Amino acid sequence: MIDWFPSIIAMVVCIVITVARIIIGPGAPTRLVAFDTTNTLVVATMVIAGMMFNHAIFIDVAIVYALLSFTMTLYVAKYIGGSKF
Amino acid sequence: MALNIVTYIFIGVGLFFNFVGAFGLHRFPDMYTRLHAATKCTTFGSLFLILAVIVQAAGIWASEGTSQSVMCIHSVLALVALVVTNATGAHAIARAAHRSGEKPARAVVDDLEGKEND
Repeated sequence: MIDWFPSIIAMVVCIVITVARIIIGPGAPTRLVAFDTTNTLVVATMVIAGMMFNHAIFIDVAIVYALLSFTMTLYVAKYIGGSKF
Repeated sequence: MALNIVTYIFIGVGLFFNFVGAFGLHRFPDMYTRLHAATKCTTFGSLFLILAVIVQAAGIWASEGTSQSVMCIHSVLALVALVVTNATGAHAIARAAHRSGEKPARAVVDDLEGKEND
């Protein structure tokens, strides 16, 4: 059996680094880039957590989170670009 | 066990690229290079981390029966959703940032200035 816990700790460190860029980043586009990166890392962390706790519901939630974060990214990009829908 | 070695290699590659992406967000000067570093590296790293989960779940599925089949198949679905949506989202972010007037650092000339490419 693989011990998945250290990789989850490393992923949480990555997430903290990207969240720091959300807080300090100048301007809306930089913050949107950092938020998209954070969403990707959270999806990977949730899949690993599903394998560690042996619950498949974590991975189902990760799929829905990935699709919803993609929708959020598209809409905020539309808002920043100022184009019509 | 060969499957565990493959899993550890995938976890190592994935964590390395995720850290490269996370530090690239802080080391690059402007928004476009940050997008370049963060999106490509974290997509590649998360792909390998989910591949590690798929390999491990498929190994348990093959050896012990169908107890991990749901984990394996749903991880493949999560992988497809992540890979397809990340590239599209990065393209949308770059297009919107250029339209909002964001300039690259130390840029001298912008070839797309004043053009409306819809």
